[in-house]
Amino acid sequence: MTALFLTLFLPLAGALFLLFVNRDKVGLLKNSALGVSLVTFCVSLILFFGFDNNNPEFQFVYEAVWITAFDAGFRIGVDGMSLLMVMLTTFITPIAILSSFDAIQKREKEYYIMVLILQFAMTGVFLAADLFLFYIFWELILIPMYFIIGIWGGKERLYAAVKFFLFTVVGSLFMLVAVVWLGFYAGTELLSTSTGFTTNYFLIKEVGSRIPVDIQEWMFLAFALSFLIKVPLFPLHTWLPDAHTEAPTPGSVILAGVLLKMGTYGLIRFNLEIFPTASMNYASIISTLAVIGIIYGALVAMVQTDIKRLVAYSSVSHLGFVVLGIFSMTAEGLQGGIIQMVNHGLSTGMLFLCVGMLYERRHTRLISEYGGIARVMPNFAVMFAIAMFASVGLPGLNGFIGEFLTLKGAFDSKILGSYWYTIFGATGVIFAAVYLLWMYQRVMFGTIDNPANRNLKDLSTKEWSMLVPIVVFIVWIGLYPATFLNVSDTYTKKLVNKIEILKFNKPAFDLPSIAPAEQDNN
Amino acid sequence: MTNEVVYGMPLLLIMALSVVMLLVDAFTGKNKIIAYYFSIFSLLVVAASAALTISPDVDPGFIETPMSGTSMVFGGYAAFFDIIFCVAGILTIFASRPYLKREYGEYKEYYSLILFAITGMMLISHSNSLLMLFIGIELMSIVFYVLSGFIRTRVTAVESALKYFLLGSFASGFLLYGMALLYGATGTIVFPEILKSILSGSADMTFIRVGFALILIGLAFKAAAFPFHQWAPDVYHGAPTVSTAFMSTAGKAAALIAFIIVAKAIIPTDIAVSNITDVTIKLADFTDTSRMIIAIIAALTMLIGNISAVVQKNVKRMLAYSSVAHAGYLMMGIVANNENGWSGIMFYATAYMFMQIGSFVIVGVIERNNERMNFEDYSGLRKNHPWLAALMAIFMFSLAGIPPFAGFPGKYMLFVGAVESGFTWLTIVAVVSTIISMYFYIGLVLNMYFKDNDNPFVVTDISSARITLAISVIFVFLLGILPNSLIELAKQLF
Repeated sequence: MTALFLTLFLPLAGALFLLFVNRDKVGLLKNSALGVSLVTFCVSLILFFGFDNNNPEFQFVYEAVWITAFDAGFRIGVDGMSLLMVMLTTFITPIAILSSFDAIQKREKEYYIMVLILQFAMTGVFLAADLFLFYIFWELILIPMYFIIGIWGGKERLYAAVKFFLFTVVGSLFMLVAVVWLGFYAGTELLSTSTGFTTNYFLIKEVGSRIPVDIQEWMFLAFALSFLIKVPLFPLHTWLPDAHTEAPTPGSVILAGVLLKMGTYGLIRFNLEIFPTASMNYASIISTLAVIGIIYGALVAMVQTDIKRLVAYSSVSHLGFVVLGIFSMTAEGLQGGIIQMVNHGLSTGMLFLCVGMLYERRHTRLISEYGGIARVMPNFAVMFAIAMFASVGLPGLNGFIGEFLTLKGAFDSKILGSYWYTIFGATGVIFAAVYLLWMYQRVMFGTIDNPANRNLKDLSTKEWSMLVPIVVFIVWIGLYPATFLNVSDTYTKKLVNKIEILKFNKPAFDLPSIAPAEQDNN
Repeated sequence: MTNEVVYGMPLLLIMALSVVMLLVDAFTGKNKIIAYYFSIFSLLVVAASAALTISPDVDPGFIETPMSGTSMVFGGYAAFFDIIFCVAGILTIFASRPYLKREYGEYKEYYSLILFAITGMMLISHSNSLLMLFIGIELMSIVFYVLSGFIRTRVTAVESALKYFLLGSFASGFLLYGMALLYGATGTIVFPEILKSILSGSADMTFIRVGFALILIGLAFKAAAFPFHQWAPDVYHGAPTVSTAFMSTAGKAAALIAFIIVAKAIIPTDIAVSNITDVTIKLADFTDTSRMIIAIIAALTMLIGNISAVVQKNVKRMLAYSSVAHAGYLMMGIVANNENGWSGIMFYATAYMFMQIGSFVIVGVIERNNERMNFEDYSGLRKNHPWLAALMAIFMFSLAGIPPFAGFPGKYMLFVGAVESGFTWLTIVAVVSTIISMYFYIGLVLNMYFKDNDNPFVVTDISSARITLAISVIFVFLLGILPNSLIELAKQLF
């Protein structure tokens, strides 16, 4: 539990510390931000190794009532899914901070404070086990991200920042109404708590399936709107290319690496867990949109002239797989969705880093400006290739595992009940190969036509140290995914059981019965 | 001391001290600092004495005393609002001194005007009868007419005062006529008696309806609610920015507590369903229609306020329109007319006071001669004045209702109240209008942080306005992160 607290609050403490550092001491600012995030990562390793994979419930739980009148609490904990997300956050942030050393050249003090606050809020989103607390962290993300895009972004940063802000806020405020409604309904009708109101997630997820279906569907839509904008699912994706393209490199890395996962995480955590019946009813619609997103994202990515925009659209496509896996509501699909969230964070994050490295050298992101880069930057070419192949889904690298599992889950799904999702979804893998390989070919191969590209330097030590850790995990997940799949295994099985019991009156898996997690209230 | 003296102390003190204040004015001659400190001291004393009577062990939150007969209540929510008014007054006075010195000249009457306005507001929050309520509202309004035209050499100020005065007196007329009809229908001016008379079915419902409608018009005007909000932007624009801060927070809180008092007395929300008679059917019908009317007014107030604010180029007018919208949010608590709604109003009014006074004071610090208040003037503010920009950004995020600032728990409470009473659609309207409001709140932050400064300027004379800003921002954080104790307190007071 101490580790949980430290993982959450260390970044905030770091941000407070930076507040008192003189703004001219840039070196101190950079190093302490990096130090804080590295220490946070080490602390989160304690969580990872202390986690009991056989227990599907929340672990390291801490509960404290925050607002008595609404039974809103400071309730945090991790389960199989959120642990992976927390690890992803603590892993990506130091890399993003390291990449900021070169990418951010003005107002460093504010910048590192914002990044650390952002990490605090992202971790909070994944740890929160209370709807009120979750909403606070969810909204808190907006402020640092708004500033990161708006101050340190590219040419169109004002437009992109406002668009990002407004899109996200539209979804989340409707979620707020749903949270209030659900808190009231659960508090009075379902649980009859003393205050007549509760946002306790532990309680609500147990009784959620008793909510009448028509109400469930409204609640489902309100929550889903917020999450699907964040994912983003076609046709709610239009903020993403702008935000990604205009954000500075570390901003894009965090955005792609972690922020988008909050949407898919929320879909599982709230929509599937609390509104299982409504989720089944809407599964086919959302899966259809996901498949459209897979193909649409890929097709649009194909015609981009800007590398960063291309990678941004590839996110739309890749997250379609995640959503498809989630709404297949099978163990494979959900496992694939969860591991694919991690994969996408790693491989797309790495792609953005590579694009950022090119941009640092040439200050352009247009594909036509490049060509033959592999001749002058052979090491970079290898790294870029690994990121690209991971993203394409080459067997042996991480992307393959996730995409395979999601597609298999969708194929087997009794709830979707049609193999067409898989057939159309699988085309996305082919398209991904086309647009990424084509882009790689145009940037890396051929002769150097542009004289500006003649004297580009190859990777520096700092750049190596950003890319190598990611490559390690890309290969690890690709060759031995069990390390990570095992973490979320029992959690997904329990969730699938819950859905299968509702739908078919019998569980899909036999789970060893485990005493409910001990609640540590100190 | 007997109980009633203790409980009456805040009112007695404010009345005595505002009169003494006039004498201090008269006898201190050119020395202005004494009046300034005396006014702050008086308000602190009043707030402290009110804090003594707020104690939750006085059940049911207020007592009737022989001294007042039945026309006033003490303790409980009345004491709570006393403190809000005094704090708003203190914050305003701190910020007023540098502002007035620069823009017009420091006149000591200003401080006694604030004190008299607070006397009026406290009469409102303590009132238990129609007459006392009206006296309070009038006292407050007349001071506001003067405050809005305080800088009399400025054309906009004169326009503002005249407009406010003419329209305001008209609204007072409506209010008084409505009260007369209520008295005619029920034969009493004491609120609990009015409620009894209505519940017993002896009152003529037609008169009650008409009377309530007229009172509604009057109060909606005082709270600047749609469709009686047109005066607000002009008046707020012309008035000295510091008094705008005061009028739009303490004045709004006073109008809302008046609303609560009247709604509690006239709209019976807990009618016994088991006992269906002609009277209960009639009453239920009356309750439904009047709540629906207030809900529609609230919904339109939020929407129109925020939509009008979107097109403003002047930050002060933007804040004025957004304060109209906030009146709409607050009225959700009246619609709910339950404990969560009332305590939601108390919490939100408190939170709103800090963020609104804070942002108006920053506008006041930056403006010169009623100029330099446009969005462009804030471009790149963070370069020369990083602290002002940071505070303004915090106030804007708080007004927009983004956690972890004070605006969020307040909105949450009001939403809970509305959902609880079955007005989910009203929360959806509130959410939509909040989304609209994001555009201009965020727009100001965008101007301050993302754009560059074309004409750099330096603010020199912030002086004691710093105290106001510091207190405001501390409470915006505090109420946002640890709202529990205030919420618990608010819940006990009704």
